[in-house]
Amino acid sequence: MNYWATETGGRTITSIFFGGGTPSLMDPATTAAVIENAADHWSFADNIEITFEANPTSIEAAKFKDIRNAGVNRVSIGVQALDDSALSFLGREHDRDQALEALKLAHEIFPRFSFDLIYARPDQTAEAWTTELQEALNFASDHLSLYQLTIEKGTPFFAYQRDGILVTPDDDRAAALFEITQEICEDNGLPAYEISNHARSGNECRHNITYWEGGDYIGVGPGAHGRLTINEAVYATEQIPGPENWLSNVEESGHGTRRRDTVDSESRIEELFLMGLRLTDGISRDVFFDRSGLEIEDAVEPRRLRQLLEGEFLILDNDGIRATASGRLRLNAVLAALLG
Amino acid sequence: MTELSHIRNFSIVAHIDHGKSTLADRLIQVCGGGSERELKEQMLDTMDIERERGITIKAQTVRLNYKAKDGETYQLNLMDTPGHVDFTYEVSRSLSACEGSLLVVDASQGVEAQTLANVYLALDADHEIIPVLNKIDLPAAEPERIRSQIEDVIGLDASEAIQVSAKTGVGIEDVLESLVQRLPAPSGEKDAPLKALLVDSWYDAYLGVIVLVRIKDGVLKRGMKVKFMATDAVHHIDSVGVFSPKRQNVDALYPGEIGFITASIKHVAETQVGDTIVEEKSTITEPLAGFQPSVPVVFCGLFPVDAADFEDLRDSLAKLRLNDSSFHYEAETSAALGFGFRCGFLGLLHLEIVQERLQREFDLDLITTAPSVIYRVHLKNGDVEEIHNPADWPDPTQIDRIEEPWIKATILVPDDFLGPVLALCQERRGEQIELTYAGSRAMAVYRLPLNEVVFDFYDRLKSVTRGYASFDYQLEDYREGELVKVTILVNSEPVDALSMIVHRTQSEYRGRGICTRLKDLVPRQLFKIPIQAAIGGKVIARETISAMRKDVTAKCYGGDVSRKRKLLEKQKEGKKRMRQFGSVEIPQSAFIEALRIGGE
Repeated sequence: MNYWATETGGRTITSIFFGGGTPSLMDPATTAAVIENAADHWSFADNIEITFEANPTSIEAAKFKDIRNAGVNRVSIGVQALDDSALSFLGREHDRDQALEALKLAHEIFPRFSFDLIYARPDQTAEAWTTELQEALNFASDHLSLYQLTIEKGTPFFAYQRDGILVTPDDDRAAALFEITQEICEDNGLPAYEISNHARSGNECRHNITYWEGGDYIGVGPGAHGRLTINEAVYATEQIPGPENWLSNVEESGHGTRRRDTVDSESRIEELFLMGLRLTDGISRDVFFDRSGLEIEDAVEPRRLRQLLEGEFLILDNDGIRATASGRLRLNAVLAALLG
Repeated sequence: MTELSHIRNFSIVAHIDHGKSTLADRLIQVCGGGSERELKEQMLDTMDIERERGITIKAQTVRLNYKAKDGETYQLNLMDTPGHVDFTYEVSRSLSACEGSLLVVDASQGVEAQTLANVYLALDADHEIIPVLNKIDLPAAEPERIRSQIEDVIGLDASEAIQVSAKTGVGIEDVLESLVQRLPAPSGEKDAPLKALLVDSWYDAYLGVIVLVRIKDGVLKRGMKVKFMATDAVHHIDSVGVFSPKRQNVDALYPGEIGFITASIKHVAETQVGDTIVEEKSTITEPLAGFQPSVPVVFCGLFPVDAADFEDLRDSLAKLRLNDSSFHYEAETSAALGFGFRCGFLGLLHLEIVQERLQREFDLDLITTAPSVIYRVHLKNGDVEEIHNPADWPDPTQIDRIEEPWIKATILVPDDFLGPVLALCQERRGEQIELTYAGSRAMAVYRLPLNEVVFDFYDRLKSVTRGYASFDYQLEDYREGELVKVTILVNSEPVDALSMIVHRTQSEYRGRGICTRLKDLVPRQLFKIPIQAAIGGKVIARETISAMRKDVTAKCYGGDVSRKRKLLEKQKEGKKRMRQFGSVEIPQSAFIEALRIGGE
């Protein structure tokens, strides 16, 4: 942080996010020290959002109070499911009761909290998911992350799926589940503001919006990525991934940066679309111009854009550009058609 | 030199797997031509593919010295001939260098279609034919039944058929003895001016072109200057020799003998098979009867699966052609498949062999378009065009009438399978000429349009008869037919590589087949994609690829941006292999797969 401060000192911080890995293993005193150090280097926005990612095990929940006292004002809990067999399938250490207990505690301790669920699980019917989601909405305050199960290469799930042991919903069923999710959340006052994120108006995660709108962020800690605009140039930064190496490098040379690449203007435009179109509100003309130096129309091939507008996958108006519901459901293909 | 009376030139006529090569090996072995160690199975078939498929493609020759029961030593020249119909041309030129043939029939299987075709060619060449019943060691052998079958089906006297087992060696002496006693000796004049028949030629990496000759009159010696009458080219003979079966130089070749010459010839194309070779200053003006040149009858496009292999493909085709002047190729460009070649072949087997050699010997991954034949298109303005590429098909409004090649096909099949075979022939517009029974086998002779045969006929025949049918054909004539060009449209744009010329009655079935296949192969896109088969402007079959329902990454935060962008770059790279059809891009692999499945 000290290192990054030399380049960005004087700027205002709008959010801090303790996430990735298991930050709740960290001593709350360390959390407090990190926040204090940040405050020494940068000025904090009045409404600064400081989020902490935690698992709903009883050990982690026991630290909630201390974490709150360290300055954290929002907690994001990896609940993942409200069903014990699903939790064991997902390889989680907590069970349903612990999850509900953690949510209750978070509700009492933090001004804002969010939790996540994973759906479109193997054998999960639309009815079962509807029930689970309805129940989750009872515990939710003002923010929910709802992810469809993604099976990553290199995990045992990938092999199971390939060998037919694991059958995940096909695109048609996954699409139906996605649509049900949008509908239920909207009816309950938590519309999607991003592909997988739902919030009561005004309670969106400001930190993540910085990512999606292509704002600047410093990545501190092993493997963390950052985006920094310095004198008009945009840099993509990446920290050394292994904690030991990262730490020894920081101790020796004062920083843990592994790569620092210039993001050229073409890539910058791609990133703005890749991330911005995930948001329900899309990218505003002002933000786009501010971050790319171009009007939206001048940044893409007119033929490609027109085709997607005509296909009702995108909307372009005075506010900016955004994907329609049907466009968001097929965003990867839309992006490929727009930028490919 | 060997006296003419002590020379016998013969070839072996047989169906695939009836033991021709094994018998040849035995004959060589008995005559001391190959030691046990050298006698790998089937010495004569030198190419891997020939050995694997049990067929001979290029003619091979071997000189044997046999000490007969009369105490005299005879020079026996064996010309091995290709066993397949596609190579009829090679068969007939090999046969023309000999005076007689051994007709080898498997004593358990009986006469097959190719046996028939080749035995008729031998009879055409005025051969004396000695029937040989092979594999009599097999428990299933029925020599008596097969003997009468030869008489019934071929109409040949088989009373003196020799019973052998090339595998165990039984009867081999009898075969050699009968060659001496029953075949006529060649004729020729040693003192007359040189006259030699150019039987075959092939390229050897060390010696250049090797020319196989049969001496009619005169003597051919090393150091002579000779003239090839057809091309008027003069060559200096570097070496003269025979195969025994190893290549072995000799001083001279005399009348009646078969051997080879080398003369620093660089290209096979410079040697015209069937040509007459005379001395440079010869006064001979009348050449020997030559052969009809072989012409390609089956055509298809050959494209590299990886566009980067195009140059390799070009080089490989050139190399193959060095030794196989019967196949033709020219560059072709396809919007769907990229750069490739339009190739012509003697038949389907020839096509398969060339394709397989390209893949195996040159390590190329290839895709072929639907095989086509030569159509004679009579235009309204009186012009007649010969067309084998659907891309060249004229506008239907300009066409007056179209003629297509027909063949006479002979199919031999066990009784039990006759029904499905007849049904298949009917379905392919066949006309029955003859249906006869010999024992438990039936012989069906049909007239069939060649274009119905080049489209999966072999495969269907094989599957409906569980591989028990044998099939042979010869081109007969051209007949008028109601042929149409079926175009496949993806997103309303034609895919050139999938166009085909078919009979109107088959058009819907074939068009629908490709549409259905493509439907499974083309990945879903943002937009619905219609896949249509059409004749001119009229759509005859249609499928629709429904639009993609969902494709979105669930989690994407600050740490994922770079990865997402790299993924996009990779997709862009992949687009180089995409073909644009209006608003949609279709991977080339979909077309390749469609053709692949179609060919199976």
